[in-house]
Amino acid sequence: MIRAALVSEPIDVGALIAEVADVSTGATAVFAGTVRDVNDGRPVSGIEYSAYTAMAARELLRIAQEAAREFAPLRIVVEHRVGSLELGDVSVGIVTAHAHRGPAIDGMRFVIEEIKRRVPIWKRECYADGTREWVGV
Amino acid sequence: MTVTVLLFASFADAFGRSSVELTLDAGATVADVVDQLSTLAPDDRLPPRPLVAVNAEYAGYDVRLNSGDEVALIPPVAGG
Repeated sequence: MIRAALVSEPIDVGALIAEVADVSTGATAVFAGTVRDVNDGRPVSGIEYSAYTAMAARELLRIAQEAAREFAPLRIVVEHRVGSLELGDVSVGIVTAHAHRGPAIDGMRFVIEEIKRRVPIWKRECYADGTREWVGV
Repeated sequence: MTVTVLLFASFADAFGRSSVELTLDAGATVADVVDQLSTLAPDDRLPPRPLVAVNAEYAGYDVRLNSGDEVALIPPVAGG
């Protein structure tokens, strides 16, 4: 099973784990990216995520499909959130499941690294002093 | 021909809008779009060779455009 989506509602990592669960798998790997309270020494109060929606959804699915091929047979679900997130909110959730731990962990790692490399999603950090800046520009 | 160029994030801020319609000569390429936009952007607000997508796929600068194509300038991505 493969599923990838951009979402605007909070990500429920527990639900993602349940979604990939299967008696054929002996290893489940979970990655949850969350909003941190500091970046480069500046206190952060939240992050606004935006995306080129059509392209980002397609790239997410393509990455999940690549992982499923590379680490087959891999069960995988990935959700990336857009909108205004508060400290501690989950921005990205990735869950992979495989018969064995190696491919489960490597597949999960592949997905997060590829998301960071090529999915057209942007974040603007909001700082405690009220200013906002695009990240990575 | 006319193409729509989508602008996101820091690029939308640089241009003060989220899309722009460009009129191009037949046979124009992605490089022509970037050249034309560079003249419209305020000083050095656009990097020299930004990533570009055509119809929601990453595209090289030599790709030829067709009327009605959706071109997007992709600022440095920051997902995760």
